[in-house]
Amino acid sequence: MSEQELARLSVEYRKKILKYIYKAKAGHTGGSLSCIDILNVLYNDVMNVGPENFSSPDRDRYIQSKGHTVEALFVVLADKGFFPESDLETLCQYKSHYIGHPTRKVHGVEQNTGALGHGLSLSVGTAISAKLDDKDFRVFTLLGDGELPEGSNWEAALTASHYKLDNLCAIIDCNGLQISGPTAEVCNTEPLDAKFEAFGWSVRQVDGHNLKELQDTFAALPFEQGKPSMVIARTIKGKGVSYMENQLKWHHGVPSAEQYEQAVVELDAACAEI
Amino acid sequence: MLTEKSIAAGQANLEVFSETLQALAVYDRDILVVTSDSRGSGKLGPFGVKFPKQTVEIGIAEQNLVGVAAGLASTGKKVFAVSPACFLTARALEQIKNDVAYSDNPVKLVGISAGVSYGALGTTHHSLHDFAVLRAINNITIVAPADNFETEQAIRLAAEADYPVYLRFGKKAMPLLNSEETTFEFGKGRVVKNGGDLTLIATGETVLPALKAAQKLEMESGIQAAVISMHTIKPLDYKLLHEFAANGKPIITVEEHSVYGGLGEACASYLMQNNFHNRFKIMAIPDEYTVTGSQEEIFNHYGLSEDGIAREAMTLLGT
Ligand SMILES: Cc1ncc(C[n+]2csc(CCOP(=O)(O)OP(=O)(O)O)c2C)c(N)n1
Ligand SMILES: [Mg+2]
Repeated sequence: MSEQELARLSVEYRKKILKYIYKAKAGHTGGSLSCIDILNVLYNDVMNVGPENFSSPDRDRYIQSKGHTVEALFVVLADKGFFPESDLETLCQYKSHYIGHPTRKVHGVEQNTGALGHGLSLSVGTAISAKLDDKDFRVFTLLGDGELPEGSNWEAALTASHYKLDNLCAIIDCNGLQISGPTAEVCNTEPLDAKFEAFGWSVRQVDGHNLKELQDTFAALPFEQGKPSMVIARTIKGKGVSYMENQLKWHHGVPSAEQYEQAVVELDAACAEI
Repeated sequence: MLTEKSIAAGQANLEVFSETLQALAVYDRDILVVTSDSRGSGKLGPFGVKFPKQTVEIGIAEQNLVGVAAGLASTGKKVFAVSPACFLTARALEQIKNDVAYSDNPVKLVGISAGVSYGALGTTHHSLHDFAVLRAINNITIVAPADNFETEQAIRLAAEADYPVYLRFGKKAMPLLNSEETTFEFGKGRVVKNGGDLTLIATGETVLPALKAAQKLEMESGIQAAVISMHTIKPLDYKLLHEFAANGKPIITVEEHSVYGGLGEACASYLMQNNFHNRFKIMAIPDEYTVTGSQEEIFNHYGLSEDGIAREAMTLLGT
């Protein structure tokens, strides 16, 4: 997909994320906006997965470890045709499958996540299986920067390099914030590149909102033969809505009517500039 | 009598938890709060601001949280390790079993937003297993305070306890329950309403619908139901259970937990082994993929509500 088409989609996705969070009066706003460009590029430019091949054992897999930003995933899955977008009207309602975290009850979702620190191990297992069966599919997983202190991530990081999983790509949505404060203050994990390199990964850092850079980075996978690939995506929590950007309270803030309107105005203006 | 007004008057138990800890921390530098990016959900923002030196932030790492808390407790610190109940008691279970309970490090584990408080965030965020798994671990007291009174008392007792305690809190504002009791002890249930026709034994946030159901039964059918807040799940108050079972009338237990391994089965086990033949019903979350929705919707769906409990009572009474 062209960079321009992707750019338009990113704005559309942002509007939809806000629309459904506003309607549900619940959701993880900031982190959905920080990872949406990554999801956009993965689903529209990189991964071989869609409703037509979702039951195929050869499809690429996407496992969202930072499950709380499920609104970003749902919006993209709807756009890919996994389910009618109108289903999202029921987000977080009684008996709806569209809850606040990914569940396999929703078509297109690979794994039930939401407790942080599970996605990488699940992805490693899936990637090992591909190697065992000589299959070509790839496994992608998205982690939050705040979730990295979960020890399971580092256990999985070791397994990934031990088994030379060059069919595995992990992306860290490095927006610098979590719930209680800046990640650097809650539990500093930097330097991330050196840590993952020391764990045997091939690491690249990118601007997680630069669509072209994301496209080029994923096109270069695997970064090195015989090593798992790590994309450290520097992002902005709340990206695209001025008053949300880098603001802690938008982790799971829900916009008021006026705030929602302002966000739409800003995003429409951004779309007009593309 | 519980009215909408008195219900509105209560605070969330977590607010009281935080205020009580702040009151204690002023005079006791050994009181420590250890969190895993859970300060906000634990209502501990103000604690952190007032007592930065008595706050240890671990980051999102619950196993590490409990291990570190155990280490701190081993040096005599009075440690409250605070994290959502779902992660605290599932992910960090081995640390709880070995580093806290078995090693006798008196950590106070505070499970926040327990049961289905997180509602539509789904099963990853629900803790319907915590009573069951912790009951099977030796050397840990399990407490689910129902109202602000029980919360404050429980925190004060826990701070001084030289043994491990698990405190389970929901998110909702809880009214002061109608009771003359002014004393509070771990292991001693609290009778919030007397009545000779049947006994409702509830814990935590289900005490409120149980009490409302008892009031409804009385008003609509003249049925006198006793209501017990069984805040301590372990050690269970066998004496009180015995006392209330002695009249042979039906017993209903109500809990925001799996039907397996919680308050209900603990009561049933005692009653069966002591030759009680009261009609008996466990009201809890059944063993299935939990229905999705808010806490209230989930409660209503499974009958853990004023109406649901009253209906079950009528069935058990055969009326
Ligand atoms: C095991 C576990 N512990 C705690 C939480 C609660 N929680 C949900 S989101 C979050 C912060 C996540 O921060 P980060 O990974 O940086 O995500 P982002 O900034 O992208 O939203 C926390 C603590 C959780 N979901 N799982
Ligand atoms: Mg973050």
